[in-house]
Amino acid sequence: MNTSVEVQTVIKSYPAGTGTINAVDGVSFDLHAGEFVAMVGPSGSGKTTMLAMLAGLLDPTSGSIFIDEQDLTKMKEAERAQFRRRKIGFTFQSNNLVPYLTALENVELMLRLNNEFTPRFRDHAKELLARLGLEDRMNALPQQLSGGQQQRVAIARSLINRPTLVLADEPTASLDTERAYQVVQTMAELVHEQNRTGVMVTHDLRMVEYVDRVIQLLDGKVERILSSKADLACLANPANCQVIPGQVLGFEEFKITEAARV
Amino acid sequence: MSTALHLTFKEIWRNRGRFLLFSLVIALITVLILFIAALGEGLGSGNREYIEKLNADILVYQDIAQLSIAGSTLDRATLRAINNVEGVKAAGPVSFASVSIPIGEAKDPLDVSLIGVEPGMPGEPPAIQGEGLLRRSSDDAIIDETVAMVANLNIGDWFAIRTPQGNKAEFYALRVAGITTSQKYSIRPSIFVPLVTWDTLRPQASTRRSVEDLTGNIIAVQLENPWDFDRVQERIETQVGRVEAVDRKTAYESTPGYTAQQSTLATQNGFALLIGVLVIGGFFQIQTLQKVAQIGMLKAIGTPSRVVAIAILLQIIAINIVGVLIGSFLTVLVASGFPPNIPIIFELRSGAIAVGSILLMGPLGGLVSIRYALQVEPLTALKLA
Repeated sequence: MNTSVEVQTVIKSYPAGTGTINAVDGVSFDLHAGEFVAMVGPSGSGKTTMLAMLAGLLDPTSGSIFIDEQDLTKMKEAERAQFRRRKIGFTFQSNNLVPYLTALENVELMLRLNNEFTPRFRDHAKELLARLGLEDRMNALPQQLSGGQQQRVAIARSLINRPTLVLADEPTASLDTERAYQVVQTMAELVHEQNRTGVMVTHDLRMVEYVDRVIQLLDGKVERILSSKADLACLANPANCQVIPGQVLGFEEFKITEAARV
Repeated sequence: MSTALHLTFKEIWRNRGRFLLFSLVIALITVLILFIAALGEGLGSGNREYIEKLNADILVYQDIAQLSIAGSTLDRATLRAINNVEGVKAAGPVSFASVSIPIGEAKDPLDVSLIGVEPGMPGEPPAIQGEGLLRRSSDDAIIDETVAMVANLNIGDWFAIRTPQGNKAEFYALRVAGITTSQKYSIRPSIFVPLVTWDTLRPQASTRRSVEDLTGNIIAVQLENPWDFDRVQERIETQVGRVEAVDRKTAYESTPGYTAQQSTLATQNGFALLIGVLVIGGFFQIQTLQKVAQIGMLKAIGTPSRVVAIAILLQIIAINIVGVLIGSFLTVLVASGFPPNIPIIFELRSGAIAVGSILLMGPLGGLVSIRYALQVEPLTALKLA
């Protein structure tokens, strides 16, 4: 598997009182092309901060983040903005879409920003929306779409420019269970099909059913990385656990295979 | 640029009700500014038009009058002395009074400036229809085109003027010998009569004296060489004595109240523009505040800050242009219904300056919102911080 993202000993500190506090504390991991990863952890564990640094929206205090062998931390703001629109796709928890653009226009916006607004890519945008079950809603404005449909449009937008890295911040936070499963499943399928690298921050462990790996953060550090099918299935649904039924990650009562322990 | 244009067009089109409403606000500001500019031009022109168009290079006042036409009185001896100054081609006395022309029972009489001039001398305006004044004393008059239009007069028509004589009003009949261009003075259209006739018609307590006693308020002087202005001006002042000689611009700018009036109107226009800047600034600032999350999202997906700024700027310019177009159309529509004696003149230069100022006030008003949009942090806006 090709390594597309390398996170090397990343630290992000914030001033707190007379000292500093590390929101992310020496995190390292690699991500591969065609891999869909969930980043989980309780509030304050550093997962959103890590996601923001992966997106180039936040500078680490130290450490490096390589995407396609380019060090994001060495880039200037303008370079990072250009890098984001070419190499990174982003789905947010909310406020994903431009409210005065239709679903299709929202997806096409990435093509316009990358000067790739050609008939071929427009057709690709339509295909992508159709693939996400939105063929009848392409000309609808965001306010005319359900929450799930809006998230799917955002996923289409995040993938249209064939990015190396696709990031999603709590993409299912405002969705009901059925739509949440649909959104994550579709995202996982597209990441796999298109050989992208996907990272999803979530606190909903049921969603890990569709991911290839789970990176659990705790107090700014990588606590565990889980990749075995059994562990992921157990995490997604305690009924599948072959060991003592766990509750949630982090969580002394939850037993996982020793091999998964970092 | 094309992405910014696309975002601008889509946002305006999909929120056209809101933006149209705001364009109407700008349209009303435009109407206000254009009307103030037209009023300034109308009042200014009404005060200076005759003097501005005068066929003279120098105007001579009595020195103690401090360039007030009404306060200046120059006699025949002064006129002769000026005529003898080297470099003077011709000089003619000009006298001013106010009378009214009855124009039917249903309408108010038309107030006019009655201007006495020497036939054929500087001060008499050229007739564009009919002929000029031919005799030193006659019932002939040159009327300006506004008088002709409002009183419905043509060449050869007789008309009456009403003027206080002693303690009662007298009516005098005059014949239209010629019609000249608009020649307003003291915010009134003008009629021109020979100075001798003027001296009979002007409002006065009693009549009157010999021709030699005739006085003019000012003397209009034509030069043999207009570029010799400074030397002849100095000669007139030194050789004639007790007079002040100035050019036409100085003359009308010294008309009592002229500068104060123009300054007041310019201040009003300035305030209207300032209000416009604040209204536009306020509107776009509120709109930007409402779009913080959206701007943050656009930046997060890699939209350059300049695209966001240009989109806002284009939006301001587009809304402004639509507002100015609507406002200009409304102004023309409303102005076309005004009677001709209302002192409103839409002059190309002052109109262009007003429209240019309004178009500039948009981007100026929007600067704060553009600056704010540039400072939006994606992390904070999207609550990722």
